[in-house]
Amino acid sequence: MGETPFLRMEEIVKTFPGVVANDRVNLEVRHGEIHALLGENGAGKSTLMNVLYGLYQPNGGRILLEGRPVAIHSPEEAIRLGIGMVHQHFMLVPPLTVTENVILGLPGARGILLDQAEARQRIQEIADSYGLEVDPDAPVGTLSVGVQQRVEIIKALYRGARLLILDEPTAVLTPQEIQGLFTVMRRLVADGRNAIVFISHKLDEVMAISDRVTVLRNGKDVATLETQATNKAELARLMVGREVLFRIEKPPAEPGPVVLEIQDLVVRDDRDVPAVRGLSLEVRRGEILGLAGVDGNGQRELAEAIAGLRIPEAGTIRIQGQDVTRMDAGDLLRFNLAYIPEDRQREGLVLDFTLSENFIAKRFRRPPFSVRGFLRHPAILDFARRLIRRFDVRAPGPEVEARKLSGGNQQKVVLARELSQEPDLIISAQATRGLDVGAAEFVEQQMLAQRARGAAVLYISNELEEIFNLSDRIAVIHRGEIMGVVRPDQVTPEELGLMMAGIRREGAPATESPAEPVSSNPGGHP
Amino acid sequence: MDMDALIGLLHATIRLTTPLLFAAIGGLYNERAGVINIALEGKMLLGALVGFMVAFSSGNPWLGVLAAAASGALVALLFAYVTITLGADQIVSAVAINLMMLGFTGVVFRLMKAANSGSLSAPTFQEWTIPGLAQIPVLGPVLFRHLPLVYLAFLLVPLAHFIFYRTTWGLSIRAVGEHPRAADTLGVKVRTVRYLTVLWGGAMAAIGGAVLSIGHNSTFIENMTAGRGFIAFSAIVFGKWTPLGTMLASLLFGFADALQLRIQAGILEPLFRNLGIQEVAYQIPVMLPYVVTLVALFFIGKSHWPAAAAIHYDREEG
Ligand SMILES: Nc1ncnc2c1ncn2[C@@H]1O[C@H](COP(=O)(O)OP(=O)(O)O)[C@@H](O)[C@H]1O
Ligand SMILES: [Mg+2]
Repeated sequence: MGETPFLRMEEIVKTFPGVVANDRVNLEVRHGEIHALLGENGAGKSTLMNVLYGLYQPNGGRILLEGRPVAIHSPEEAIRLGIGMVHQHFMLVPPLTVTENVILGLPGARGILLDQAEARQRIQEIADSYGLEVDPDAPVGTLSVGVQQRVEIIKALYRGARLLILDEPTAVLTPQEIQGLFTVMRRLVADGRNAIVFISHKLDEVMAISDRVTVLRNGKDVATLETQATNKAELARLMVGREVLFRIEKPPAEPGPVVLEIQDLVVRDDRDVPAVRGLSLEVRRGEILGLAGVDGNGQRELAEAIAGLRIPEAGTIRIQGQDVTRMDAGDLLRFNLAYIPEDRQREGLVLDFTLSENFIAKRFRRPPFSVRGFLRHPAILDFARRLIRRFDVRAPGPEVEARKLSGGNQQKVVLARELSQEPDLIISAQATRGLDVGAAEFVEQQMLAQRARGAAVLYISNELEEIFNLSDRIAVIHRGEIMGVVRPDQVTPEELGLMMAGIRREGAPATESPAEPVSSNPGGHP
Repeated sequence: MDMDALIGLLHATIRLTTPLLFAAIGGLYNERAGVINIALEGKMLLGALVGFMVAFSSGNPWLGVLAAAASGALVALLFAYVTITLGADQIVSAVAINLMMLGFTGVVFRLMKAANSGSLSAPTFQEWTIPGLAQIPVLGPVLFRHLPLVYLAFLLVPLAHFIFYRTTWGLSIRAVGEHPRAADTLGVKVRTVRYLTVLWGGAMAAIGGAVLSIGHNSTFIENMTAGRGFIAFSAIVFGKWTPLGTMLASLLFGFADALQLRIQAGILEPLFRNLGIQEVAYQIPVMLPYVVTLVALFFIGKSHWPAAAAIHYDREEG
């Protein structure tokens, strides 16, 4: 049509030490469109948008806005050009109120004096016209992630953004909240003046909301397609670079006796507020219990309490029938428990240690790895080489530091250490977060292998698809309580979404283990 | 204790709080912006020396105060460059500055003594008695018969409160201390905010030091601050990073200082005599302010530091 596109990014190059994050990337966004930027973790999506937002300076290429070349040296300049960005990790100051967060950095109408009354009113207007309901006086730290995201969008609109970048906005939302976000997005582009760049690695969402889609792989743009003219399979192939299976096959579960039994557990978080509030559940030998929920609903505290890293305030945790409620991680070693923590870089690994050192972290005190207090290097190296082979860790050798590995390989190191001990119980927290499709598949296969071996697995994840794929039963956590326990074949994602949003499942079919029903009420008394 | 003694004690509390208050309220700005400042001590000490030297040679104590402020800002500039621009560790850099200032002021003062055979006594400030208010019983003599710098110090408290909570500057400062990246994405100039607050804090700390040398005394003494910079730092923590809290904490420490001076002067003699204690070593009361600091920090419970305190910010480091 010869119409000038809203945005053109041409041949953008951005390198970080040792990484080419964007390798001559082109992107064109038209007025009135929702343009999806699709790619695996690490493909360079955030980097490209940070370049557009003036946070990163590109090493090459140019940017045109409505046909005019622009140089964007700082976020301030991006804002002035009408670009707004909602970052993957929210850029909100938790102790400040919504209004303070929105007006931060703007010159006030009254010079240096803060004019909150007028700001509050404008926030209300924006909120009303796009359906972005918020309380302007609430401290942002007290709001749920879904509401915080609205604050982020309001922040951009308040500054007059016409090109809105949403970096993985759905990662933290329930399915219902995602629908709400999509409604807002459609409203924003309805008049044809604005445009949205929607970043995601989820194919369903891209298919559902975008007009066109640009796929990034390894820092390069591999295609730009009309969404109507493509499909999930093609997008997946473009994104990953090979054929992808959407479902993994798994044989039916053969659950045995209860391995982990939790009753009325109460655990406080770092801010000393109860994050797990009277939670009960049990996991049996040879089954995977998926724990679904929006991030920050007590999953971390629950996992840490079981792993002996956080002392519960009340309730009991039993492993193989023994009360371990007050035991620390050291005491728990003899229970043969594997723990795959949420943050592999800070808790799962010692990044400055070598792979071998990381592998033996739990058992270096025992033969063959040490004898009378001296480490036996030949035994350690031999063990490390075996694990590297068995778990397919891509690393130059057992003596490199864990820091030097990619995220997926780091996770394999954690898995190798934890699973090679043939654990009876596995606590896995967000094990595939930030991994590419291949590495995530590997993690899932390992979990199924452990289940087949007879381990009891508590699989915590906020990726619903993964929960459906792996779980024999699904428990949903909301604000530290279990909203219900269901079988994956008897529930839809929408129903799970409601439970994740705090709506208890009424009259759920008496759930689901052959031996005895699992209670979904927190009291949990037989 | 009779009334006069009480008034004396409270008056001294206000007086002795003043140097702490300058340093603490000044330091509060950069702390809120995420720069930890345990270099208050060194900046106070430099301010004490420079204030004294300039007042001594010019004959004007106000010039001494201005010069002190400038010297404090200059050292703060060095600190800011090393930490904010180069990304050096804030604690280590501050320790270096403290040690450097201790040595530097000692050497310069000795050279000055060697060069001046006569007495080294600087002109000092006169008390300002506030007409009317000073006549109020008890309160008047406690609050309204002080050096001008004392009033100035206490005026800095509402000023800080106003700036932090009622201006766009204050909002930027608070945001930078909590989440610099968020502030940066909204066009707040993180480095500029940090630089300016560090400079301001340095100037104020140095004025606090000058209060010691040309306010309360008329001379400089080696290591004259004797840890007051650290006490001021504790006052910020104890005051939970608010201007009002910081002032109250400073007053508590000032009171401890006033009390120990009186104990040294013998107000507790009768009590000790009754208890059959012959003599109390002077070192024991001298410890009081430091002990109070320790005990106070013990009781404050969990404190919530600005989330980005002591963390270097670089835009391109993801
Ligand atoms: N600030 C940074 N410093 C160094 N490397 C970075 C930085 N930001 C991103 N990278 C690297 O650039 C690549 C692309 O990352 P990113 O743009 O975040 O990917 P995506 O958003 O698609 O998941 C990754 O290899 C990542 O490790
Ligand atoms: Mg990203």
